[in-house]
Amino acid sequence: MAFALTPEREQQVDDVLTRYPERRAALLPVLWLCQRQNGWISPDVIEYVSKRLELSTSIIKGVVTFYTMFFDEPVGENVVWVCRTLSCDLRGGKAIQEHLETKLGCTAGHTSADGKFTILKAECLAACGQAPMVQINDFYYENLDVELLDRIIDAHASKGGDAAAAEFSTFASFRAPSTATGGSLSSAPPPPSAEALRLASERPGPAEETGEES
Amino acid sequence: MSESIKPMLSARYGIEESWELANAERAGAYRVAREALTTRKPAELKEEVKKANIRGRGGAGFPAGVKWGFLNRREGEQIYLVINADESEPGTFKDRSIMDLDPHRLIEGAIISCFAIDAHLAYIYVRGELAFSIGRLERAVAEARKAGYLGERPFGVEHPIDVHVHSGAGAYICGEETALLNSLEGRRGEPRLKPPFPAVKGAFGMPTIVNNVETIASVPDIVEMGGEAWSALSRLPGDGGIRLYGVSGHVKNPGLYEAPVGITMRELIDDYAGGMIGDRPLKAVIPGGSSTPVLDPRRKVDAPDENHPLHDWHGQSEIDVPMGVDTYRALGTMLGTCCAIVMDDTVNMVEACRNLMRFYKHESCGQCTPCREGTGWLVDVLDNLCAGRGKPEDVELLVNISNNMMGNTICAFADGTAMPMLGMVQKFREEFMQAATHGVPDGVRHDESVRAMVQGGA
Repeated sequence: MAFALTPEREQQVDDVLTRYPERRAALLPVLWLCQRQNGWISPDVIEYVSKRLELSTSIIKGVVTFYTMFFDEPVGENVVWVCRTLSCDLRGGKAIQEHLETKLGCTAGHTSADGKFTILKAECLAACGQAPMVQINDFYYENLDVELLDRIIDAHASKGGDAAAAEFSTFASFRAPSTATGGSLSSAPPPPSAEALRLASERPGPAEETGEES
Repeated sequence: MSESIKPMLSARYGIEESWELANAERAGAYRVAREALTTRKPAELKEEVKKANIRGRGGAGFPAGVKWGFLNRREGEQIYLVINADESEPGTFKDRSIMDLDPHRLIEGAIISCFAIDAHLAYIYVRGELAFSIGRLERAVAEARKAGYLGERPFGVEHPIDVHVHSGAGAYICGEETALLNSLEGRRGEPRLKPPFPAVKGAFGMPTIVNNVETIASVPDIVEMGGEAWSALSRLPGDGGIRLYGVSGHVKNPGLYEAPVGITMRELIDDYAGGMIGDRPLKAVIPGGSSTPVLDPRRKVDAPDENHPLHDWHGQSEIDVPMGVDTYRALGTMLGTCCAIVMDDTVNMVEACRNLMRFYKHESCGQCTPCREGTGWLVDVLDNLCAGRGKPEDVELLVNISNNMMGNTICAFADGTAMPMLGMVQKFREEFMQAATHGVPDGVRHDESVRAMVQGGA
């Protein structure tokens, strides 16, 4: 069956098209909208985008395969990206990956038997000061140990991605230098409030929150 | 030795819901933009940025004021400002804090910068993984539009300015400014041949300034204080102001710290980040993202000549040289993004190197042969060394491959791979030779000092 965006998303495509002087520049935002609805960039998504943006399918395929976040094959309900670049590895990134693989019964690059989780190795996700960390769907989970990771994965399995994110996800933290020797231990900001997440998930445009789909 | 400074870039980070317009504004947001647009001339603002001696915060350290001076508009062209929020250099995590905790500072900087360089549209290109930050920014942009700070007449001034947030989709190379522009235009993120440089022909074929998030976020403070006064916050000449320092790896308090330009790596590790975990010895530190050659605290600065830029630090450890764009270049490394990766004595440097080279192999865009093939070969040789299949000549092979990558490609990615590779071999050759003859012992990993912490009781 041919792929089509929902009317709300069609509206967002129209909005995106006003942001750039060239139609083609909407390609990444439109692919994001499609992937959020469809879960991955299937051949019929490419057909759709080709018609909508008047681009050849080969150009779109070339773009899709260039970027690691566009999936050209189906993935599980939740995608867990484990950062394995040096800063995370220095803080136990490998132990986090091993624990995940044992817990979910599949190795990185694969999807758990129940289809709920796909594990993927990630290169540096710009959260090095809060290592080790994983990204699950749209959210970051930082300063992990295996016990916390268990709770996060269990919450995704039992309550779904949104509820798990509201409870456990993190955003940038910061320590203000407040003493003569700098480096105060002022605590990192609390995880985002449910309100902040709700607002984040309501944002317009291509980067809208996923989770409810897939 | 480090005096505390009044936080500037991070001044609003601690405020409750600092990302909301009302809260940010109560703490001073948009005051400078309003004043700049209503009372100052664009040329004056440009001059302040030039006097501030702000070296680009994205890693290359090019003076932002000079870059702005390269703009060359021909008849009928419009100028774009593109803000690089692709933050993906391993070890780097500073720009995310600005987007998450004070998005209005970035937007205010964008407004002033657009006015100064006569641009009407700014794109903020954010790496796709930072979906949360993208949401924060988009909300903040919507708030600023509603308040009349963006739009047809920002602060009532006849100079339309708008900001759009553009999401990447996972590609380190899109941090390279011309790859970023290709990605913004809906193409594969492959770097472009230069010249023409973006200031002449950038986004959509128009003259474009590409600046890092932190650079643009510093503009309100620069304009408020005056370029010269802001520059003087630094401890170094020609490299002005304050900046965000990141520390990750084996320190007690990894995280972000705001400090003047020119503190030393030793201060950053000991005073700011609380010293090494378990008080273990510092073995090596990658100073400013993975492309910057490693520092070895055992090595002394060799600058007996009085005219040498590092003469003042002659005989001192590498980590006692002030962290600046020029001082670090003289030291044979780079300041990069000013986010350090700290390693203690449990780390095997060949393994650490292999970790980073895998990153480069994964992220090479594949356009140029020396980079596409070279990054893979480096990983193959390092795999062999680590598995005990290596031979002593392999160490020279690493050097040889690196030398053949440098300067032979369209962009700086290959150099950014080869330089740290060469630095590792130069400074830790004995460890590479050891691996070449004996391999790396089974089970060696990088997290010896923290594994118990991560695995809990296990």
